[in-house]
Amino acid sequence: MSKATSIRDAVSARLPRRHRAERRFQAYGLAAIVMAVIFLAFLVGSIIIQSVPAFTAHRLTLPVMLTEDLVDPRGDRSEASLRRGSYNSAMQAALREQFPGIESRTELRELFGLYSAINSARLLSQVVEDPDLVGQTIEFEFPISDDADLYLKGQTVDERREAGRAPITLTVDGETVTLRGDEPVFAVFSDRLRQAMTQRAEADEAEAARLIATLDRIIDRDEREVTDAQIERAQRRAERLRLQLADASGLQLGPRDPSLLVRAGETVIAIRSISSDGQTAQGEILLPAGLGPRRVSDWVLWEIETPAATRLITDRQIVFTRTLRDRGLVRNGFNTLLFVNADSREPELAGVRGAFVGSILTMVVTMLLAVPIGVGAAIYLEEFAPKNPVTAFIEVNINNLAAVPSIVFGLLGLAVYINIFGLPRSTPLVGGMVLAIMTLPTVIISSRAALKAVPPSIREAALGVGASKTQAVFHHVLPLALPGMLTGSIIGLAQALGETAPLLMIGMVAFVADPPFFGLSGFTEPATVMPVQIFIWSTSAERAFEARTAAAILVLLTLMIVFNAVAIYLRRRYERRW
Amino acid sequence: MADIEFLDTSSEPRGDTLYHPVTVGYETKVATQGVSVRYGEKVALKDVTMDIPSRAVTACIGPSGCGKSTFLRAINRMNDTIDNAQVSGSVLIDGEEVNDRSVDPVVLRARVGMVFQKPNPFPKTIYENVAYGPKIHGLAGDRDQLDGIVETSLKKAGLWDEVADRLTHPGTSLSGGQQQRLVIARAIAVNPEVILMDEPCSALDPIATARIEELIDELRENYTLIIVTHSMAQAARVSQMTAFFHLGALVEYGPTEEIFTNPRDQRTQDYITGRFG
Ligand SMILES: Nc1ncnc2c1ncn2[C@@H]1O[C@H](COP(=O)(O)OP(=O)(O)OP(=O)(O)O)[C@@H](O)[C@H]1O
Ligand SMILES: [Mg+2]
Repeated sequence: MSKATSIRDAVSARLPRRHRAERRFQAYGLAAIVMAVIFLAFLVGSIIIQSVPAFTAHRLTLPVMLTEDLVDPRGDRSEASLRRGSYNSAMQAALREQFPGIESRTELRELFGLYSAINSARLLSQVVEDPDLVGQTIEFEFPISDDADLYLKGQTVDERREAGRAPITLTVDGETVTLRGDEPVFAVFSDRLRQAMTQRAEADEAEAARLIATLDRIIDRDEREVTDAQIERAQRRAERLRLQLADASGLQLGPRDPSLLVRAGETVIAIRSISSDGQTAQGEILLPAGLGPRRVSDWVLWEIETPAATRLITDRQIVFTRTLRDRGLVRNGFNTLLFVNADSREPELAGVRGAFVGSILTMVVTMLLAVPIGVGAAIYLEEFAPKNPVTAFIEVNINNLAAVPSIVFGLLGLAVYINIFGLPRSTPLVGGMVLAIMTLPTVIISSRAALKAVPPSIREAALGVGASKTQAVFHHVLPLALPGMLTGSIIGLAQALGETAPLLMIGMVAFVADPPFFGLSGFTEPATVMPVQIFIWSTSAERAFEARTAAAILVLLTLMIVFNAVAIYLRRRYERRW
Repeated sequence: MADIEFLDTSSEPRGDTLYHPVTVGYETKVATQGVSVRYGEKVALKDVTMDIPSRAVTACIGPSGCGKSTFLRAINRMNDTIDNAQVSGSVLIDGEEVNDRSVDPVVLRARVGMVFQKPNPFPKTIYENVAYGPKIHGLAGDRDQLDGIVETSLKKAGLWDEVADRLTHPGTSLSGGQQQRLVIARAIAVNPEVILMDEPCSALDPIATARIEELIDELRENYTLIIVTHSMAQAARVSQMTAFFHLGALVEYGPTEEIFTNPRDQRTQDYITGRFG
């Protein structure tokens, strides 16, 4: 009795500590899961947010006149003749139609910069398909340039518009226009700008002073030179700003300052200078619409805060884009091109289809090679191979292979498949073969684990009723191991799907503007794959590729999720319990 | 010393085993001569020589780990499946060497059925469990015949009444005792000549045990049975011959009443009277 009590006391004495340890452990686990979920949500969330702009695109619809002498030089409607037509000229003409006053070379270049000439290829194929279109005017829709698109999405340019406070009088003298307000209508802008300039000048001066103070501490000659240059730059900037501010005649606006436009009806004037009283301004006509001296009371002060020097779209292009949109010719819609086009140097035309098809074709090759070979090897090693030093050696090597950096497999593929066997480079065939070797160890290891997990009593049972070894394996062991094998194989394939490095080695970075043919010949044509496409886009300079990179990542993630969902489904479907 | 009359007289008993004389006229079905089994360095079975009668039940008894299962596995060459197992000596069935290279273990195991120590049904339906053997050996011409084999096997194993209406349920969903009877049905479905049973009643209640013992008794009329049991009472009830194993050696072998009423070796006596084990 006393012994029982003492045991109870001993246990109870330690109980609180045990409970605490348990709760602590649970708390750690919970914290780890919460962290993981937060990271994941953050990652996926940021990708989704970044990708949103890529899923919509602004498209321009213009009435294009397909005049015979432009698109059918021989005039016989033959394909050969139609193919020699100048469809881009037809598009240019359509655009000029919208802005009749635009004549000079630079102005036209800016106007035609609103779209990519590659779009004319689609116009050509449309006409080749239906030669009756020659001589007609058709509504042709095409994506607007990425810079204009980003501008319209409000991604690259900050701007502000306010109604003019008092009537202004315009007088035209050649290229320049003088605007005189009844009140100091430009004062708000020039005061604000002056203030900002003063701040910037002060900041630059402070920066220069700080750098000068550090100078005598710097001994290294190179570093000294760098600092000297920095000081000089800051001083020059400050000097320029001070000079600008000190100008008694008024405020001169340059490309490093915000742009100020005045818009009255369809006329747009870019202000170049503002008098110091803020009442008069001089400017240049950006968009003429029969401009003569006049007095306007209904006008808009349009400030483009992002300086021209730091954006890729000019003032005039902004004006063109807005005007076209105000006329209802530019519409925003779902960016189908992202899914139906292959890669392009023009972001507005670039799509993931090529890489997607390339990925699928590559995965087909990888799957057809890695899964049967891997599963076969696993079955042999696990069920049939004698346990001797040779198999032990092979086993160790397979395990080591799983840890080899993937780029090494790329080198191997380059050396063996391309240089020795002479297979075509940059193709899904070779890419799939390289990824197959990379995936093999994963498939073999997971398949062996699945086979090992089958209780030996099942094998004995089969052998006991007189099944041969092969029958025992294929009738009883394999069905039980299959779900595990499938899971392992799909994880291996998913890994291969996201692999970039080895494919770079065998040249699957090829710029492929036509999506590969989704069929047998596609295997031996140059292609690229999703992760490589993401890599290419992420290193592109164009701002618009930023969102497209995120969108491509989302497509890849979706593909992965589909893969894993299939794995889970198959496992559920075939899993047997014993 | 041993004058076991039913034995093949050409096989002279040897070693340290005590053989009791046998008065009933038996035919030898299985004869082992100097069978030893080693698992790597460990000797699990030492020099076992015994002749096992046809159409009779031979019980193997002995303390845990003494090599009873190993002995059974030596008869249908299940030890081949263990990597480090080395078998020496000879096992003859109907005078034919089992360990001969020319003997295909598949054929051997079709002739020598086995019920394992732990019930191990396939994770398939009850029907498939029983039908698997006949199917791979081509014993049934058509589906009806196969159905017949499944039914008679399950009936013989005393399981039919319990599972007749759920043959498509997984075999693993049965209770432990039912699984044991299922694997017995599976073993007899191929109609083997010899049936090895490794503790077939270890998981059964007294009623099911009685049924299995009844079955063993029935099977005795056509088959040669070798069973391992830890129950002295069961050995006494069902077997005609008893072999006592100790530390891998066959200590004593003879007719069951002889062994139980008149054990000659001290170890046998101690074991059957429950003084060690
Ligand atoms: N696969 C194996 N590898 C190594 N040693 C083994 C193996 N199987 C059995 N043994 C050893 O061989 C000896 C005999 O084993 P066996 O299974 O024949 O005993 P048993 O008489 O059937 O015992 P039990 O009554 O507990 O079933 C034991 O000491 C055991 O440890
Ligand atoms: Mg045993």
